[in-house]
Amino acid sequence: MTDNIYLPTMMKIAAARDEAPDVRTFRLEFADPAERAAFFEKYRVGMFGLYGLPGAGESTFCVASPPTRTEYIECTFRRTGHVTGTLQDREVGQAITFRGPYGNCFPIEDWKKRNLVFVAGGIALPPVRSVIWNILDRRAEFGDVTIVYGTRTVADLVYKHELEEWAARGDVRLVTTVDPGGETPDWKGKIGFVPTVLEEAAPSSANAVAIVCGPPIMIKFTLPVLSKQGFAPADIYTTLENRMKCGIGKCGRCNVGKFYVCKDGPVFTLAQLKDMPAGDM
Amino acid sequence: MKLLDTKKLAELASALKAKGWRVVAPIADGDCVRLKEWAAGAVLRLDEVPVNSAKEFLLPRSEVLARYRIEGNDFASEPVAPEAVKTVVLGARPCDAASLAALDTVFNWDYKDVFYNAHRAAVTLVTLACTSAMADDQCFCTSVGGSPDSTRGADAILRPAGGGAKLIFEPLTDKGHALAADAGPALADGEAKADRIADVPVRFSSEAVTEWLKSNFESPLWKDVALACLGCGACAYACPTCHCFDIQDEGSRKESVRYRNWDSCGLALFTLHASGHNPRPDQSSRWRQRVMHKFSYFPDRFGMLGCTGCGRCARLCPAGMAIAEVCEAIERASKVPVK
Repeated sequence: MTDNIYLPTMMKIAAARDEAPDVRTFRLEFADPAERAAFFEKYRVGMFGLYGLPGAGESTFCVASPPTRTEYIECTFRRTGHVTGTLQDREVGQAITFRGPYGNCFPIEDWKKRNLVFVAGGIALPPVRSVIWNILDRRAEFGDVTIVYGTRTVADLVYKHELEEWAARGDVRLVTTVDPGGETPDWKGKIGFVPTVLEEAAPSSANAVAIVCGPPIMIKFTLPVLSKQGFAPADIYTTLENRMKCGIGKCGRCNVGKFYVCKDGPVFTLAQLKDMPAGDM
Repeated sequence: MKLLDTKKLAELASALKAKGWRVVAPIADGDCVRLKEWAAGAVLRLDEVPVNSAKEFLLPRSEVLARYRIEGNDFASEPVAPEAVKTVVLGARPCDAASLAALDTVFNWDYKDVFYNAHRAAVTLVTLACTSAMADDQCFCTSVGGSPDSTRGADAILRPAGGGAKLIFEPLTDKGHALAADAGPALADGEAKADRIADVPVRFSSEAVTEWLKSNFESPLWKDVALACLGCGACAYACPTCHCFDIQDEGSRKESVRYRNWDSCGLALFTLHASGHNPRPDQSSRWRQRVMHKFSYFPDRFGMLGCTGCGRCARLCPAGMAIAEVCEAIERASKVPVK
């Protein structure tokens, strides 16, 4: 049966990198070139995949690399439970399973010439990072790029080398911050929570779109700041991270109200979120 | 018209089995009646609504979705086909058949689920119109758009006649006619008048419930209704429309069998994130989901209720909870004027 969507494909770990305590990035290559072609035919930034191992099961996380880079995909995830733990124990050269891409995407084709403000917290930079690289790989098509990224401690910052790369670029404004007490003696970034630092950074909302991703508490306090700065609900995007099993709008696990996060999302605007039961997210 | 002596139901089952059908029927199982595979000697009982629904013959409790292996650089999978044998569910209830609309929709609204559809194609559903001797106080099909003799979703219907001594066999679809062709002499030509169907009172207005739910996500009612709930999930397993499932992989790091298992939004682990965050952290939020999904989200998204009024959840609940009572309470709440 070739149309069995529940059967995963195989990916080889081409490279691995420790990003932060318990956070690791895999660069994955499709074992089958036809699968790679099929993937990139569908893949748009914001979509997710189900990564797994035989006998362990699957975990859902975003594709952290942009569709502009078609030789591989990357995923960055924290060792949290059984599946993510066994996945992190895999080494370069070994294989894992994959299903995807699933879900909707950030409508970046509608964002051409607009200014982009990215706000991310902690382990939520990966889903935003794919958008950032997608934009930077097509830099001339978009307006100003501002990135506000915060973690609890300096050690928790993911993609440290890429943060340096973005900071060094003349066409990106990067503001990094750590929670009070999370700084090191040589920390050059801000000290403070993301919503406060965002307010100080005061990116203009003129012709701008905001992309926010982070823990629920950060989102909760960041949205009012963005609203105060003049971002309309339809111009604020986030990506929901509900527990999923099937990824294809059947198993019911990711339901929030009448929405299937796996099909109607994971990308939603604040305008859409306002129609969804907040107590179910 | 085609008639069958109720006493000859086993003869019909036997004839169909001889023609290669897997026959599922309401069978005495301890002190309850269960839809299960018929074998010679099984005692058929039409007097009670079976504890389980016909769902499990369309969406098995546990089903293999994939078998695959990773050996070094090689990925291999064995073809997996659903075990969809030609099956007749003989004597399901109209509330079972009514659930097909919901199940068909979920499993086909986007990706068309090959496993579900294979079972669906293989199953012929013959329902039994409910007379008062066959229904009970937990039945509330008439409150959710159904009726004790509804033909919706069925391939054929058996209508009791002569005080239950006879059954009128009325084919409704090609599948129903095909079954009749294999029925043998147990099904004979004759004339009879169908018995009066069960009087199932309308207990609540589903429109009023749906309307109230739109603006009462935060109602204190959820805390009250959920107090007795043990979170066992039996209601979802008994439900003909509940379809939420889990996917589990079993095996070694090299070989895996992927299963689809029934799951329930009433279970605490259903939505628990690995981080520890649970969008539905308590039983009241899970009960709210159960009611909201059936009476608000499902109608909103797919234009139909997610409840067929079979009452199985209430008959089985160890804490004596009943979704119809919750709906009655909601309708009462909807009539309280807003200050």
